[in-house]
Amino acid sequence: MRYTFCLFAVLAFIWLTNSGHYTPLILAFGLASILFVILIARRMKVVDGESLPLELWSTLPGYYLWLLRKIISSNLEVAACVWKGLLSGKHATTAISPCSERIHTNLHSDLGRVLYANSITLTPGTVAIDIDNNSVLVHALTRNGLEEVKQGEMEKRIAALTENRPRSHRPAEQKN
Amino acid sequence: MIDTLLSYASGLLLLLGCFFMLTGAIGLLRFPDYYSRMHAAGITDTLATFLIISGLMLAAGWSLALFKLGLIMLFIFFTSPTASHALARSAQLSALRLPHMPAEATHKNNKRTRTMATSESNTAGPEPETAVDTRT
Repeated sequence: MRYTFCLFAVLAFIWLTNSGHYTPLILAFGLASILFVILIARRMKVVDGESLPLELWSTLPGYYLWLLRKIISSNLEVAACVWKGLLSGKHATTAISPCSERIHTNLHSDLGRVLYANSITLTPGTVAIDIDNNSVLVHALTRNGLEEVKQGEMEKRIAALTENRPRSHRPAEQKN
Repeated sequence: MIDTLLSYASGLLLLLGCFFMLTGAIGLLRFPDYYSRMHAAGITDTLATFLIISGLMLAAGWSLALFKLGLIMLFIFFTSPTASHALARSAQLSALRLPHMPAEATHKNNKRTRTMATSESNTAGPEPETAVDTRT
């Protein structure tokens, strides 16, 4: 019920900011469409803690700020690789060292792993290609980028976000 | 006073965003293989988009357009990793499959054991780790 209410709030916010017309008729249409979407979402059984991680509302913004800093710094690194390859006049391969590796992860919850893989992909220079129960296949533009992921600061931060609360759908077979 | 300052700031942000867009485009054209090109596209996805939309937000001021731009940025940040992952995964499942080139190919250290073990056995639990540990 809590999730339904929050979904209603989110949808109402999106509708109100996108509409700009606030006459009673249009508002009624908006309400009807929101209720229709909620009905569909409930029938699809996607209204739960996975689609709306409400427990994270206080800690997630801090993580996103850290991630934003990370994104900016790694953007500058990749941009430097591009310009180094261009300005040196040689082939672009001199500035980069593409490599890939499976990186072990201790994150158990689905939410944590999705957040981890998405954060890796969102950071330029590293892309999460494949993910399974206890590892992520990461492709990186430079060796340094891969080493940075392997140092595991991102994983630690996500673990602090997601691992300390009980998850019902945690895969049962992994217990290290 | 504030208005001119805001317009200069937004112009600066837009210019920086254009620069990073250009960087991403050059990288996309010049990098040698599929996966590295994807990284170059990542610049346009993240920082360039962020700078351009921030610049537009400053230009928009307090209005409905501000929230709409915010929503656009939010959706781009949610969907672009998903799109990159879909691209990478479909490449991985096709002829462009990644050749195995771990970072430690040149300098071996003990980190290798763990990551290699997980790459060789993606179904089994922690047992293969110890197996590989004894091997190296």
